[in-house]
Amino acid sequence: MNKDDQDRIQQLLREALPPMQKAEPRGNLWPEVLQRLNVQPRIAIKSIPLLDWALAGGLLAFFAFAPMTIPVLLYYL
Amino acid sequence: MRDGASSVLDEFRQGNVDAFEKLFRLHQRAVYWWILRIVRNPDEAEEVTVEAFWRIHRAHARFDPRRSFEAWARTIATHAALDSLRAHRKERNISLEPIQDPPAPSAPDPAFVAEIRQRTALAFERLPPRLRVAALLAVVEQLPHKEVAEALGISVTAVKLRVFRALRLLRTDLQRQGITP
Repeated sequence: MNKDDQDRIQQLLREALPPMQKAEPRGNLWPEVLQRLNVQPRIAIKSIPLLDWALAGGLLAFFAFAPMTIPVLLYYL
Repeated sequence: MRDGASSVLDEFRQGNVDAFEKLFRLHQRAVYWWILRIVRNPDEAEEVTVEAFWRIHRAHARFDPRRSFEAWARTIATHAALDSLRAHRKERNISLEPIQDPPAPSAPDPAFVAEIRQRTALAFERLPPRLRVAALLAVVEQLPHKEVAEALGISVTAVKLRVFRALRLLRTDLQRQGITP
C-alpha cells in the first residue's frame, strides 16, 4: 500500500467517522465510582481462585493426616 | 516546601480516598473526553470512566508521584476503553455483496456516498480493537503519534505499524465489498 492509498483510506475513514465533538459526562460519576470502590466486585471474583486453592490445600492436608476419612467421604458423596 | 498538588498525589499513593476524590474531580472530564474519543458512545464512555477510575484507585500504590497523574490516568483509561471495545465487539450481519451500479465520479449520488461511509464505518468496527484504537486516535482524532504511543504504552513505531495495518485491513475489507478507495 503506497502513500496515496494510505491518504485516500485515511480521508475515507475521516469522512465515515468524523472526530468526536468535545463533551462532558451527563452527571456526577463520583457516586458510581465510590460504590464500585466499596463493592469491588472484580477483586472478589479474582480472589475466588485463591480461596479455592486454600480450601483444596486444607482438604489435602486433612486427608494426609486422616486418610481413613477418604472412604467415609466417598461413601457419602 | 511541598505544594498542595504534590501532597494530594502522595496521599493518593497511600490509598487516601479523599485525595482520590480530589483527583477524580480534577481529571474526570479529561478522562471521560479521552475515553469518548475511543468508544464513541456517551453511555459507554461513562461506564468506562467509572471503570477507569476504579482501576486507577486499585493501582494507587504503583503510581509514581514524579510522573504526571494525567498521563498515567490516560494510559489506564485507554486500556479500560480497549477492554470495553473488546467486550462490546459485535459480529454484525451485514452484507458484503459488492455495491451495484456505482455512479460516475463526476456526479456523486448522496445516497451512494452515505452508503460508502456506512460500509467504511462498519468495516472499521470489524478491525481488531487494538488496531482500531490506534487508528481512531491517530487518524480520526489526528493526535500526535507520540501522545497515542504514551496512552497505549507502546513505541511511536508500534503506533505507526498499527495504523498502517488498520488501514491495510480496512482497504482489503472495502475492496471485498467492491469499494475501491
